[in-house]
Amino acid sequence: MLTRRTNGMDPINALRGEVEHLFDEFLHGAPGRSRFGWPMSPAFPALNIWEDEHNVRVEAELSGLKLEDLDISVVGNELTIKGERKARQPEDVVYHRRERGTGAFSRVLRLPVDIDANRVEASLKNGVLTITLPKAEAAKPRKIQIKATEK
Amino acid sequence: MTTESALNKRPEETATTQVERTRSRPYFYPNVDIIETADELTVLADMPGMRPDDVDIQFENGTLTIHGTVHDRQPEGTSYLRREYGVGDFYRTFQVSELIDASKINAAYENGVLTLHLPKAEAAKPRKITVTSK
Repeated sequence: MLTRRTNGMDPINALRGEVEHLFDEFLHGAPGRSRFGWPMSPAFPALNIWEDEHNVRVEAELSGLKLEDLDISVVGNELTIKGERKARQPEDVVYHRRERGTGAFSRVLRLPVDIDANRVEASLKNGVLTITLPKAEAAKPRKIQIKATEK
Repeated sequence: MTTESALNKRPEETATTQVERTRSRPYFYPNVDIIETADELTVLADMPGMRPDDVDIQFENGTLTIHGTVHDRQPEGTSYLRREYGVGDFYRTFQVSELIDASKINAAYENGVLTLHLPKAEAAKPRKITVTSK
């Protein structure tokens, strides 16, 4: 499974993180937050999500992938990101370090608002995937005029 | 704002190096593959979200330093719904023990992956020695 970049220089920290994660899972059943309250996201890819009045923007860091390696779909308000980072062909080489994960991944995300699925756009630039999901008209905030009625 | 700057201090983000940096922005160690062939060392580093001219590579006295400046990507006028990773610069250094021909080092950046070619110095290349029998 692919993992995100780690603190490669500090094995103690990495180990502590792992152990904390295991305890967390053991004690609370549902993994999600470490002792420090940081979201520990075992899911790949990790996502940053923003919203404004009109759109939800989902961003993921996917180095070494091309758009054709990705399969993005929206059904209802569920966004699915599938993809695969292929391994290098075995050659006559010696690996000094091999930290960059390879393999297939899939992640389903339930969006908090209804989406206009016909107008979803995705772009991949320098290893950063950005998906723009326009909110459905019904989900946009509406300003309601209050009229005072005289009696 | 306070919450955001606190979020930036995730332990895995505040990587420790011997030399402190002047900017207090969080930075990350990129994941790397280092591959050796007969002719060169190849370093592949996952450094998403940069422009090629934001990468600074130095090789001095056998120390390879990779530094990438990453610009914030949060669109203006938006607020976070979910934040699973932080964004910051990339920084990592390696002590290279192989003899490298520094003048022939070259690098490319594509799809968020930095590829660095460090050609071995002629003296360091393996030589095949044929043994003849009498």
